[in-house]
Amino acid sequence: MQIVIALLSGALFGAGLLVSGMVDTARVQGFLDIFGAWDPTLAFVLGGAILPMALAWRIGANRRTSLSGAPLPGPAARHIDARLIGGALVFGAGWGLAGFCPGPALASLGFGGWPGLVFLAAMVAGMALLPVLDRGWRGRRAA
Amino acid sequence: MEADWLRGLLGGLMIGLAAAVYLLGNGRIMGASGILGSLVDGSAGSDRPMRLAFVAALVAVPALLWLALPGLAPLGTQASRQPLVLIAAGLMVGIGTRLGSGCTSGHGVCGLSRLSPRGIAATLAYLGAGMLTVALFRHLLTVI
Repeated sequence: MQIVIALLSGALFGAGLLVSGMVDTARVQGFLDIFGAWDPTLAFVLGGAILPMALAWRIGANRRTSLSGAPLPGPAARHIDARLIGGALVFGAGWGLAGFCPGPALASLGFGGWPGLVFLAAMVAGMALLPVLDRGWRGRRAA
Repeated sequence: MEADWLRGLLGGLMIGLAAAVYLLGNGRIMGASGILGSLVDGSAGSDRPMRLAFVAALVAVPALLWLALPGLAPLGTQASRQPLVLIAAGLMVGIGTRLGSGCTSGHGVCGLSRLSPRGIAATLAYLGAGMLTVALFRHLLTVI
């Protein structure tokens, strides 16, 4: 059941990224390019995505468990710290530099050619590297 | 192309529906960086099979659609062909999304839709950083 739901969700997510044009890095950078030829498409994508999800949160608020029986997430966490903002700033800078974020990087793997593959490999390396960097930072703070 | 916004809206609705299916079906937040990152660093635990299934469908379905209907994405990704830019950007996206616990799908789609303070703060931060980066690297340094 969980696997079928995950397959359905991944399929819809991937198809949505393709249909919306968000697998096109030039379009994503066009949205971020407020001083150039600004492309508003990403705002429509985000707006469109928020609608069904806002409804889903409403439906979820009246339930304890999901269809597969797993509990639904609790209330949204409120603490905003340096880790959250620092991480988001580093992510945003990388996003602007290449026009890829994690979803589209995976969705375009099949047709993105070597540039998409190089980006994805570096992104996976970054994801693997963070726990290592974390241990280093914690070690230095303890010393 | 006047149909761009319509395609954006339609694709956006599909993305939101995907997140809704994941939430109400599996009780989890559909965040691409969290799902992939937990598979990479081994923190997925018992969620591993379902997260692998999600990633497999996310990779396979757009590839098949692109083969069947090339008109949907005629230009591929148009990604930069500068290896150093791609590597630096990939490392930053990988480290940044794991440090900040989310990306455009988790903080953006799932966070904004429940007015999560963390999701809103992170989204403002990565949008601001992205805009500043494009301004700097495209218009001042002209490297992207």
